[in-house]
Amino acid sequence: MLAFALKRLGLTLLVLVSVSIITFSLVRLAGDPAIALAGPEATSEEVEAVRTAYGFDRPLPAQYATWLGDVLKGDLGFSNILQRPVLEVVMERLPVTAKLAGLSVLFALIIAIPLGVVAAAKRNTIIDRLALSIAVVGQALPNFFFALVLILVLGVGLRWLPISGDKTFLHYIMPAIALGYFATPAIMRLTRAGMIEVLDSDYIRTARAMGLPRSRVVMKHALRNALIPVVSLTAVQLGFMLSGSIIVESVFSMNGIGRLGWQSIQRTDLEVMQALVLIISVIYLALNYMADLLNGLLDPRLRVQ
Amino acid sequence: MSLLNVENLTIDIAHPRGTLHAVRGVSFHVEKGETLCIVGESGCGKSLTSHALLGLSPRVAKVEAGALSFDGTDLRRLKERQWQKLRGLKMSMIFQDPMTSLNPSFTIGSLLEEVYMRHHPGGRSAARARAIEILKKVGMSNAEERLHQYPHQLSGGLRQRVMIAMGLICGPDLLIADEPTTALDVNIQLQILRLMQQLKEEMGLGIIFVTHDLGLVARFADRVAVMYAGRIVETAPVAELFANPCHPYTRALINCIPVPGKTRPGEPLGAIPGVVPSLIGPQSGCAFRDRCAHATPLCARALERKRDGAAHVYECHYTPEETAA
Repeated sequence: MLAFALKRLGLTLLVLVSVSIITFSLVRLAGDPAIALAGPEATSEEVEAVRTAYGFDRPLPAQYATWLGDVLKGDLGFSNILQRPVLEVVMERLPVTAKLAGLSVLFALIIAIPLGVVAAAKRNTIIDRLALSIAVVGQALPNFFFALVLILVLGVGLRWLPISGDKTFLHYIMPAIALGYFATPAIMRLTRAGMIEVLDSDYIRTARAMGLPRSRVVMKHALRNALIPVVSLTAVQLGFMLSGSIIVESVFSMNGIGRLGWQSIQRTDLEVMQALVLIISVIYLALNYMADLLNGLLDPRLRVQ
Repeated sequence: MSLLNVENLTIDIAHPRGTLHAVRGVSFHVEKGETLCIVGESGCGKSLTSHALLGLSPRVAKVEAGALSFDGTDLRRLKERQWQKLRGLKMSMIFQDPMTSLNPSFTIGSLLEEVYMRHHPGGRSAARARAIEILKKVGMSNAEERLHQYPHQLSGGLRQRVMIAMGLICGPDLLIADEPTTALDVNIQLQILRLMQQLKEEMGLGIIFVTHDLGLVARFADRVAVMYAGRIVETAPVAELFANPCHPYTRALINCIPVPGKTRPGEPLGAIPGVVPSLIGPQSGCAFRDRCAHATPLCARALERKRDGAAHVYECHYTPEETAA
């Protein structure tokens, strides 16, 4: 298991290096950073002064090395627009999005996995169709619309939940449902397909032939094997939610990184945008790495070469 | 009283073009400490029959029987929960492909212990001790270490031994083996057969051995039931069957086996002309008649069982003398 974990870690680090190069280049390619920094009314002398002051006249590899060194030290740059260190700005917002994404995935899993299991166990019956339609509605509705429906019903109509902000746990419930519901069909379908395949397998027949009760056959022998692909998908979905929460965060006025990203684009705050891309990529890779480890624990065959 | 008694077992499967009569009135019995080999080609219904004995028929199959009793229990009346208590404890089953028949996610130890604890509630330590004991019994060296290994770490032969150990861990009276050696190398096949033979003698086990390989039947069976197109066409003690086959199909099958010293090199092996008839829709008469060299219009009429000695039964309108080539 240790060899497996180290090998995967090595691969993850390689991808991370590529991501850092791409992130770095994107900002340099997006236009002349010196002009952007100096502002629209600057004279060409002023632009040149900014260029020298920030080192934009040096060769790109040298600039990359300096930038990477800073990043590794935890210095993600300084936002001239907000007049604050970028790391501070991002870290202030990250917990909101992390909580939202975590709750959303939890909601998606709680809905999707039982639906998938039931649909597989009762395949091609009315229960199967019903389970599928419950999941599919989540994908059919655009999530801003679904969010608005939730606000109208649970917030305005029934007055059960607060409709905007991120102060308390209650504030997270509707956004998490809106965001998480979108991920349910994919997880549910994969669980269903996996369960159907596994339930037809020879080792399930063995388990039944040895007298194990049906519940145990389904929940232990089948589900564990069917969940292996679901783990990877969930990691990807969680990553999507981190970066894709822009709409939901806006609708519910939550100060997460999705909203921060949107604001930074509007005010061309390159430093913050670059930091967000990098941080989201790192989180994404970390999630995938964790999914690999979890799969290694679930499937002993992955551990050996 | 027989350990297992099956009378007039039929299995029908709904099919878009009509009912598929996969098993059409099969009767046999197995005694304690006896090996019954059910032999036949692919699709003759032998696997469906063996699965039905454990209540493991596919959901689409409609299983009926005049009698289906095991150790005094009427299996036809069992509810799923009662089946679960019987399976693994009193009768169990091992399968063809040991590569896919063991759950890849669990260690050998946890697979074995789970079966034992299912039928003997109590501590894990008793189950562990029993798992080690049964692994030793099926001839696995380093039994304690094997407990911590996963199926993919074992060879096919060893996996089949684990499969047998799972089947026998609760000391059942009947073991149903559905082509347990088909997926194995020939030398491993022999090891597994010897093992089953030895376990049968030690544990007084009744065995139903399902196979398409008459060569294995000759080595291993006490009695043989030859299946064709959903019927048992002939059943006899093994020596009697090979010495005096009464049904043209049995004879044709035996002729397909090359005999060292007798079959000359380069001589084409015997093959049965034609194909197995479709079992969809109503069936009548002898199913083998389209492929039989001795068939006459009489063969389309309803069959009756004939005896040739006390334990030798066959279904043919003609006597062995009349159909001898």
